[in-house]
Amino acid sequence: MQALYAQLLVGLINGSFYALLSLGLAVIFGMLNIINFAHGALYMMGAFVAYFLLNNDYLSIGYWPALIIAPIVVGIFGMILERTMLQWLTGLDHLYGLLLTFGMALIIQGVFQNYFGSSGLPYAIPDQLRGGMNLGFMFLPIYRGWVVIFSLVVCLATWFLIEKTRLGAYLRAATENPTLVRAFGINVPRMITLTYGLGVGLAALAGVLSAPINQVRPLMGADLIIVVFAVVVIGGMGSIMGSIITGFALGVIEGLTKYFYPEASNTVVFVLMVLVLLVKPTGLTGRAA
Amino acid sequence: MKHSISAMLLGTALVFGAAGGAVAQDKNIKIGVLTDNSGLYADLGGPGSTVAAQMAIEDSGLAAKGWKLDLISADHQNKPDIGTTIARQWIDVEKVDIFMDVLNSGVALAVNNVVKEKNSIMINTGAATSDLTNAQCSPNTVHWVYDTYMLANSTGQALVKAGGDTWYFLTADYAFGHALERDTAAVVVKSGGKVIGTVRHPLNTADFSSFLLQAQASKAKIIGMANAGGDTTNTIKQAAEFGIVSGGQKLAGLLLFITDVHALGLKVAQGLNFTETFYWDMNDGTRAFSKRFSGRMKNKAMPSMVQAGVYSGLMHYFKTLEAMGGNPHDGAKVVAKMKEMPTDDALFGQGTIRADGRKLHPAYLFEVKKPEESKGPWDYYKLIGTTPGDQAFRPLSESACPLVKK
Repeated sequence: MQALYAQLLVGLINGSFYALLSLGLAVIFGMLNIINFAHGALYMMGAFVAYFLLNNDYLSIGYWPALIIAPIVVGIFGMILERTMLQWLTGLDHLYGLLLTFGMALIIQGVFQNYFGSSGLPYAIPDQLRGGMNLGFMFLPIYRGWVVIFSLVVCLATWFLIEKTRLGAYLRAATENPTLVRAFGINVPRMITLTYGLGVGLAALAGVLSAPINQVRPLMGADLIIVVFAVVVIGGMGSIMGSIITGFALGVIEGLTKYFYPEASNTVVFVLMVLVLLVKPTGLTGRAA
Repeated sequence: MKHSISAMLLGTALVFGAAGGAVAQDKNIKIGVLTDNSGLYADLGGPGSTVAAQMAIEDSGLAAKGWKLDLISADHQNKPDIGTTIARQWIDVEKVDIFMDVLNSGVALAVNNVVKEKNSIMINTGAATSDLTNAQCSPNTVHWVYDTYMLANSTGQALVKAGGDTWYFLTADYAFGHALERDTAAVVVKSGGKVIGTVRHPLNTADFSSFLLQAQASKAKIIGMANAGGDTTNTIKQAAEFGIVSGGQKLAGLLLFITDVHALGLKVAQGLNFTETFYWDMNDGTRAFSKRFSGRMKNKAMPSMVQAGVYSGLMHYFKTLEAMGGNPHDGAKVVAKMKEMPTDDALFGQGTIRADGRKLHPAYLFEVKKPEESKGPWDYYKLIGTTPGDQAFRPLSESACPLVKK
């Protein structure tokens, strides 16, 4: 029984990464109608920026500032991608966006792998979050606890921003009817660029969070992105709350699988995806297109 | 019309030319490096293996003696089906004479069958499974660098002797992990230890915390990591996080490469014991080769034992062909000759190739240095034990290989 609690908690930790990443994807899909396959590569870039900040002889910037700087740097990179390439795909079939971002992901990963190899680079846990506490049923590293709490806060804040604020209302209106919103004097293309930047920034933030846990590797995102897409599909494409809840829930389900039948732990998410698609093709919380 | 006639003439000339060459000893060699160029094992083999092969070609001096050497490389993506497809294409279309590296045990066993069927050659320097020279042995395959039996024998025995008598295995769920777990468990039991349990994780797992918690709960003294590459580094890193080592359990890296230690950093990796058959800082020969190799690598990495094996294996192959006076393009015949000739090179020293295809050389038990003991980048290992080549690998008396006459 104790082991079960431990697995639930561990699942929640992994779920935080799924939630953060699928949230970014949902924001981008919901607002830009782009299936952002470069998300994993941008997540990886977040981790690498944190690594560069720390290991640069002149800067030597630690984990805490990196939590803010890395998402901004990668977010700007994302906005440049959007301005120079993605914006030309507005109104075209989803397939074009998917192919373009998939190609970008391959290029970004290839460049990083060329310079840094595939085994990755070390990034230490910040001193303040070192160690762990004994919860009785398991030893919880403090850093992991921090990841769960921090990503929950970020997820809810993003949800609040989009669903409950005036800015969010503009955004949602702009997706529904861009021409009308423009008529009210709102710069829709700029808003879309900023939204892409926000989604990408969330990916980079997840990257910084995972740097101390996993190796900082060029392929760290490629391994994760497929699962995250399954999460988005299960939750319903474009649904903000749906992707947050599904992210955490699937982390837990995967964690339990690792306990009861470890060999299936990397397929269970896809089995669920198939089941959900059979029963409810729009995903658990998605609306019909 | 004019073009097609000249093309026909050229074609005919080529056919005759090739036929003529066969009579006067064919001196063409085509080498194929089949490896993981983009995935989790790309650092320990990958592009570095191609660099090592290129260096062997240059150092052999064969080109100056009128030989023509070609080198190609491909990415098998750690998938046996892709590996065998490339292997067939290389043999049938590209006329590749010899396969080098072929890391990943799953891919290696699959390619092993193709190579045997088509009478080609594989010098395997990357895969770990000891089945390549046991039940699955082949007259066309030489297993050069290491295998699961040797790793288990050297590391397993040393740890049980040091008091680690209860084991829990964390195993990569494919041919290699299973073989390494099986061979290590056998050594543990034989040395008086006990295996308490095992958990099998999918290849290329990012998060090991679930598996580590299960290992922790088992209270085994030793957690044996029967995995490799990125899986091992993530396991070690996360084990530190979950306080496994500070809680009194010991991690046993059954297969670690210098590229893994480099990726982990000495702070995390210090104190780990494991076995390799090559380290760049062993003697003048290894140092000279490694400095040259590192100069050619983008990230200035030192060679792993897999990459060193590609160089050393190819040098022996070239020597053999030179002794035969030409390339007969007959895999089994060349491998038989390779087994007759003793091996000797700067990287692995003197050795032999056994009837079952096993290359024999010493196995070294290393310990990773503490950060303060290291004098600079890549200065990572302390040698703490050596097993001579004839004792390190599975004895022929235990072999299930049909090529071994008993």
